[in-house]
Amino acid sequence: MDSAALEPSLYTVKAVFILDNDGNRLLSKYYDPELYPSMKEQKNFETNVFNKTHKADNEIAFLEGMTIVYKSSIDLFFYVVGSAQENELMLMAVLNCLFESLSQMLRKNVEKRTLLDNMDGVFLVVDEIIDGGVILESDPQQVIEKVNYRADDNPLSEQSVAQVLQSAKEQIKWSILK
Amino acid sequence: MIKKFDKKDEESGSGSNPFQHLEKSAVLQEARIFNETPINPRRCLHILTKIIYLLNQGEHFGTTEATEAFFAMTRLFQSNDQTLRRMCYLTIKEMANISEDVIIVTSSLTKDMTGKEDVYRGPAIRALCRITDTTMLQAIERYMKQAIVDKVPSVSSSALVSSLHMVKMSFDVVKRWVNEAQEAASSDNIMVQYHALGLLYHLRKNDRLAVTKMLNKFTKSGLKSPFAYCMMIRIASKLLEETEGGHDSPLFDFIESCLRNKHEMVVYEAASAIVHMPNCTARELAPAVSVLQLFCSSPKAALRYAAVRTLNKVAMKHPSAVTACNLDLENLITDSNRSIATLAITTLLKTGSESSVDRLMKQISSFVSEISDEFKVVVVQAISALCQKYPRKHSVMMNFLSNMLRDDGGFEYKRAIVDCIISIIEENPESKETGLAHLCEFIEDCEHTVLATKILHLLGKEGPRTPTPSKYIRFIFNRVVLESEAVRAAAVSALAKFGAQNDDLLPSVLVLMKRCMMDSDDEVRDRATFYMNVLQQKQKALNAAYIFNGLSVSVPGLEKSLHQYTLEPSEKPFDMKTVPLATAPITEQKTEIAPVATSKLPEKVAPSRQDIYQEQLAAIPEFQGLGLLFKSSEPVQLTEAETEYVVRCIKHTFANRMIFQFDCTNTLNDQLLQRVLVQMEPSEAYEVLHYVPAPSLPYSQPGSCYSLVRLPEDDPTAVSCTFSCTMKYLVRDCDPNTGEPDDDGYDDEYVLEDLEVTVADHIQKVLKPNFGAAWEEIGDENEKEETFALATVRTLDEAVNNIISFLGMQPCERSDKVPENKNSHVLFLAGVFRGGHDVLVRSRLALADGVTMQVTVRSTDENVVDVILASVG
Repeated sequence: MDSAALEPSLYTVKAVFILDNDGNRLLSKYYDPELYPSMKEQKNFETNVFNKTHKADNEIAFLEGMTIVYKSSIDLFFYVVGSAQENELMLMAVLNCLFESLSQMLRKNVEKRTLLDNMDGVFLVVDEIIDGGVILESDPQQVIEKVNYRADDNPLSEQSVAQVLQSAKEQIKWSILK
Repeated sequence: MIKKFDKKDEESGSGSNPFQHLEKSAVLQEARIFNETPINPRRCLHILTKIIYLLNQGEHFGTTEATEAFFAMTRLFQSNDQTLRRMCYLTIKEMANISEDVIIVTSSLTKDMTGKEDVYRGPAIRALCRITDTTMLQAIERYMKQAIVDKVPSVSSSALVSSLHMVKMSFDVVKRWVNEAQEAASSDNIMVQYHALGLLYHLRKNDRLAVTKMLNKFTKSGLKSPFAYCMMIRIASKLLEETEGGHDSPLFDFIESCLRNKHEMVVYEAASAIVHMPNCTARELAPAVSVLQLFCSSPKAALRYAAVRTLNKVAMKHPSAVTACNLDLENLITDSNRSIATLAITTLLKTGSESSVDRLMKQISSFVSEISDEFKVVVVQAISALCQKYPRKHSVMMNFLSNMLRDDGGFEYKRAIVDCIISIIEENPESKETGLAHLCEFIEDCEHTVLATKILHLLGKEGPRTPTPSKYIRFIFNRVVLESEAVRAAAVSALAKFGAQNDDLLPSVLVLMKRCMMDSDDEVRDRATFYMNVLQQKQKALNAAYIFNGLSVSVPGLEKSLHQYTLEPSEKPFDMKTVPLATAPITEQKTEIAPVATSKLPEKVAPSRQDIYQEQLAAIPEFQGLGLLFKSSEPVQLTEAETEYVVRCIKHTFANRMIFQFDCTNTLNDQLLQRVLVQMEPSEAYEVLHYVPAPSLPYSQPGSCYSLVRLPEDDPTAVSCTFSCTMKYLVRDCDPNTGEPDDDGYDDEYVLEDLEVTVADHIQKVLKPNFGAAWEEIGDENEKEETFALATVRTLDEAVNNIISFLGMQPCERSDKVPENKNSHVLFLAGVFRGGHDVLVRSRLALADGVTMQVTVRSTDENVVDVILASVG
């Protein structure tokens, strides 16, 4: 709520995080080293944000002097954090891009299990959208192309029979080794 | 060991987390398979994911284990699996700070960055720049330059953004890439445009001319990216602010034209930029307000929020500009997003009429428990503003505030409420008792020491003068029994004030005091003993001096004086009169409530303006031995605003000397002024003793010259004087661009406006919290009274303000506020005259055809009384 004007800068996003429906962190990136430098502060912030936002899907909130835009899907919560003076619509653009990209990558199954099964893809998507706080890309189509990641939640349609057999073999081998 | 595709896991519910029970040591053990040949991309990928996941969860990796895993990971560059390679880049970035020798991957990354696979090139650049330091940057400079202008957008963007990150580290190297960035800015890709603009701005931001040029170029060529537009709007408004350019400049036109952009993001950015501009007229605001009004009915919550937040800002300064949106704001009160609803209501409270207040307050109370502390503070601030606007509504507000005070909330929130209640009490005598009662209830269960002490202080000040002071004693004494040391000490001070003011309460207060003298804390005991002894004397003067009106000296000044005293041991006792007086009266801080929670700066006692001047003057050898600086006036302008030279004067008063400090600014860029001094011709018996010239005055760098003046000693009543001032100096013409002056110059002079010294320059403001006690303390020994008719003054308000500014004394007991619809008023003023004589003025005003004023002056020195009466007449 401070009225100081924004210093023109590309550093728009202060933090991004994805929480599950118990408020546990699945992924989070803090881009401003001065904002919540320790893990404890980060987790406190996330808990506070989660408690204030998980009940109502309101899209936007203002907490601890930060503008937070968010979105939920089944058992997941996506958050993008910016400074109090930041253009809320820019943050929304980032959030939408993140959500759309993941939704495409996970074939609309934006829920915890699928997300975790494709965690590597999720890391890559976030990396393509924001680099060190700068918005790198805001078009989900572009993000998907750049990441070029095949989600394998549905092996039959994607993999050849041989591959399936191979993976089955491996799993058996590992379960014996275990 | 949990496998990624282990279907058995589903038994424990579909939402379970395959990464939940990861053990760092087990994962690092698994990482050994990185060394197997052939590489199994799938498994390696999975293990890398686990490592990154663990890092993300805050797992701590020791340097040795991280380095080991990192070196094993480098082997994976042999595989050509795309996702695996990308995950390697991520691992490099994550581990850049924890592992040692990360630079060994430089060559692999350089190969990828210049290779044929476009998917690798962008991410490789970003990973490479993450591990590169200044010395190595030179080695990859050539590649970076090529990458910035690469035709593949992802490569170009990555290179630009990475360059931006490296500006902090090696500005000089990155600065050499300006031409490449310039070329990239004309790319067709919108993100490349945006990143190039951002980098160019960061490289040039210290060169205002270059930024202006760049902005001109881009506003003409027209960028496609909405992000780039937002960036340009911010640059433009910053330029406008710095240059203080009028609103007819092309920059303002550009921002206004963005209101018609097709992207909402840009339109909003432009509207918010206009709203935040200082001194914007209503006409300039209108288009911005009308687009915000449209946004209010948007289906997107973020857009509605943004619009209301900005309108709320507008309403603070230009409530009338927002009135047009009242209907839209009314609709937002029921918005499901409580943040939006709160902002809408507080905006309405600022713009709406008195009649709507009750309804709005009712609506807020229905959901105040659902909103976050930050917004509660916003609500309280709105209420506080409202109380000043509609004082008659105080009972509604007070009720509401007391309910809020009972709810849960953090310190900032409670403080905002307490400040608000206190300000209502001070504005409205009628609300005093209810307000104090609410506050008493609050301190019964208050965990914030700062608030409790503040309230106790207020109770001590206001409580004794209410009709039934005894009822507050219980609340205060409870604090002595139950609270921490700081609160107990404050409670003791408050008790003493009750005892001093009310004779019938004195015996019981003394009993309570006696109990406090057995406290376990030193400070509490000391205070109790001190007050006990003062109270037992039963002398009004002692009470006034030591209980009601505490020390009115500046704390840093006292500290310095005491330090000085201990350095020079002498037989003389320490003299309190040598300590500079506190200049900032305490009352002024109350009206503005501290900004929202975000500022976490520790509060400390900043040295006042006067302490700073004292040090500056003491540093000048000619002014040694003048003693203590008594008072520094506000700056007086001696020139018109837009002249060649700008001169303002600050009058510093000492015990029997005055120093005039002339702050001069030279606004001609083709002149260098030297040996600048201001010659003064006094009209009275004042004598100019000494001039200290400013050696040199280059273009736009302010400099100060001084004059030392002796006050007439034989006639103590000669306090006012007029000086005619002339600035004399040596001009040397110089080259406007380089500032190189010519060898010879010529003498010149410049006539300034006259400078007045008035009675106000000899009196320092002092706040007496209890004027009546101070009045009795001084006594009527030197009292004089006279009656004047102020024929030209039409209202009591005007008369009060005139008297205060003329005498330069501190109004006490809030007597500077004239209640409405009254035709008589009493004004209490307090001050200290030069030389340390207390002076009090009681002025009764009556409104008839003009204003009739009866002035009664009391002082410890007879001359002072005469001076004041003489100057008034």
